[in-house]
Amino acid sequence: MVTYIIRRLIGAVLMLVIVSMVTFSIFFVVPRIAGATAEGFASRYMGRSANAEMIAVTAEKLGFNDPLPVQYGRWISGVFVGSEYDTGATIEECPAPCFGYSFIRRQPVWPDLVDRIPVTLSLASGAAVIWLLCGVATGVLSALRKGTVFDRAAMSIALAGVSLPVFFTGIVSLVIFSYGLGITAPGGSFTPFLENPVEWAYSLLLPWITLAFLYAASYARLTRAGMLETMSEDYIRTARAKGMKESRVVVRHGLRAALTPILTIFGLDLGLLLGGAVLTESTFSLKGIGDYAVQAIVTNDLPKIMGVTMVAALFVVLASLIVDLLYAVVDPRVRLG
Amino acid sequence: MSAPSSFLELRDLRIHFPTDDGLVKSVDGLSFQLERGKTLGIVGESGSGKSVTSLGILGLHKGGRAKISGEIWLDGEELVTASADHVRTLRGKKMAMIFQDPLSAMHPFYTVGAQIVEAYRIHHPVSKKVARKHAIDMLGRVGIPQPEKRVDSYPHEFSGGMRQRAMIAMALSCDPELLIADEPTTALDVTVQAQILDLMRDLQRDFNAALIVITHDLGVVAELSDDILVMYGGKGIEYGTAEDIFERPEHPYTWGLLGSMPRLDRERSERLLPIKGAPPSLINLPSGCAFHPRCVYADRTGGKSSAEVPELLESDGGHLVRCHLPHEVRRDIWENEIKVNLESS
Repeated sequence: MVTYIIRRLIGAVLMLVIVSMVTFSIFFVVPRIAGATAEGFASRYMGRSANAEMIAVTAEKLGFNDPLPVQYGRWISGVFVGSEYDTGATIEECPAPCFGYSFIRRQPVWPDLVDRIPVTLSLASGAAVIWLLCGVATGVLSALRKGTVFDRAAMSIALAGVSLPVFFTGIVSLVIFSYGLGITAPGGSFTPFLENPVEWAYSLLLPWITLAFLYAASYARLTRAGMLETMSEDYIRTARAKGMKESRVVVRHGLRAALTPILTIFGLDLGLLLGGAVLTESTFSLKGIGDYAVQAIVTNDLPKIMGVTMVAALFVVLASLIVDLLYAVVDPRVRLG
Repeated sequence: MSAPSSFLELRDLRIHFPTDDGLVKSVDGLSFQLERGKTLGIVGESGSGKSVTSLGILGLHKGGRAKISGEIWLDGEELVTASADHVRTLRGKKMAMIFQDPLSAMHPFYTVGAQIVEAYRIHHPVSKKVARKHAIDMLGRVGIPQPEKRVDSYPHEFSGGMRQRAMIAMALSCDPELLIADEPTTALDVTVQAQILDLMRDLQRDFNAALIVITHDLGVVAELSDDILVMYGGKGIEYGTAEDIFERPEHPYTWGLLGSMPRLDRERSERLLPIKGAPPSLINLPSGCAFHPRCVYADRTGGKSSAEVPELLESDGGHLVRCHLPHEVRRDIWENEIKVNLESS
């Protein structure tokens, strides 16, 4: 078990190194292959008034002329020990963990991310609870009532849920529930949990439901398929032969087995969402990681994009690590060693 | 509809499943009796209705799509008309079942002990601790070494034979009066099969339960049974004591089964005598005797076998046969054609 955890941890670190290399390559190696020069990189951080000489000096000071491995090493070491950026006029501090420094906004990326993580975390975790409960419950009922009106209706709604994009369902529900009926908070409202938990839940209710609808739909379909399979297993027949109540057979024996693969997908979905629920955050004007990424892309702010990418990758790798370890707890047949 | 004196009695049991292709008549008019302490072997090919019958007795078809008619009397109670919930309370306690493949029949996520504890506590309101002690006792009783340690093992950590022992412990945990074993040794190694059969015989004596052994393996039946029922196409076609079936079989299908049995004491050059053809479709059973298209002796009935469904009639002293051939002709064929062939070596 311990060796397995160590092996998985090493694997996770390696994965992050590869992600960082790929990210770095996309932003610094690929443009260079396409013909971008050190001055070209530097000019992005200068005003339009800057002349060629000033740009060349800045390029040198920011290290765009150094070999690529050195530039990569500098970026990575920033994460651990922080770094300084000499723009010529000033020296900008970027304390560890430095996930990049935005020259456009003249501030490090990490504090911005720290501000925004609670929003995304609130959105993703609340929605996750809703979609897991609703999706699994619907899936189980559908499987048990296979072929009935309930099953058909639930699966049609699920198909709609999978197919309808959040920017459609989100806007429609905003128009109806927030601006029409006035029963939910308008877009853009967010109250931190620690400030007022009730207000927090109220402000996020609609984004939660909208985001959960999308996922609940696919979870309902997954659970239904899983339940149909496990309920025809021999051990279900054994459970019934023991004289067990049907409800107990379904939950303790059927659902228990059907949930295992869903756990895997749940972990990865949650990890992915923590890296930014882009569409939901944009639709409801929530200042989360996803919204931050969109802003960064729109303003062409490379360090921000790279920072978000790395943090998102970190969440996904962590989530898959946790899922792998949990799997051994959930399914005793999985031997770790 | 009056209660019979025997412990278990089936009267004209029919279990039909409506499907898109038609009505599947898995069990079509089955009757037999069984007393406490006795063993009935039910033999037949795949699809002859053996397993459907056993699940039907346990009431596991109730609430499904199956159409069930006839009577199942267990200890003076009729089960076909009883409520599903009432039959559920009898299941596991009064009647229990041992399944074919113990690996798939046990839940992979729970320990063997937990599964026995669960079976016990459904019918006995005791604490987990007491039930666990009972589970350890039961595991010890079915011959699992170090039961206090193995009780916390998962099914996949057991060997095939140990798993089947655990399965038996689970079935016997509530001291059932009727035990149904569906192909109890089919999934096991030959060496383990004998151990399990011994165990079942010993336990049946200790518990004085009525035992139904369902199998396609005549060796298993010979080992355990007092009486034997041969099934074909959802019907009983021959019924008698083990001696009747092995020494004086009268149905051509039973002859076929005996001829298909590999035996060590025969020359290897000698061919087995398999039954030609395949088991019949349960949706469109052949007219008349369901076995007649595969029966070598069908032409000796003067066309009767394809025209008329034979009755299950007494041949002599409780030995029942469903065949149009006259008793004397059957006896003659067995003595002079089949037996000679089976015994020649």
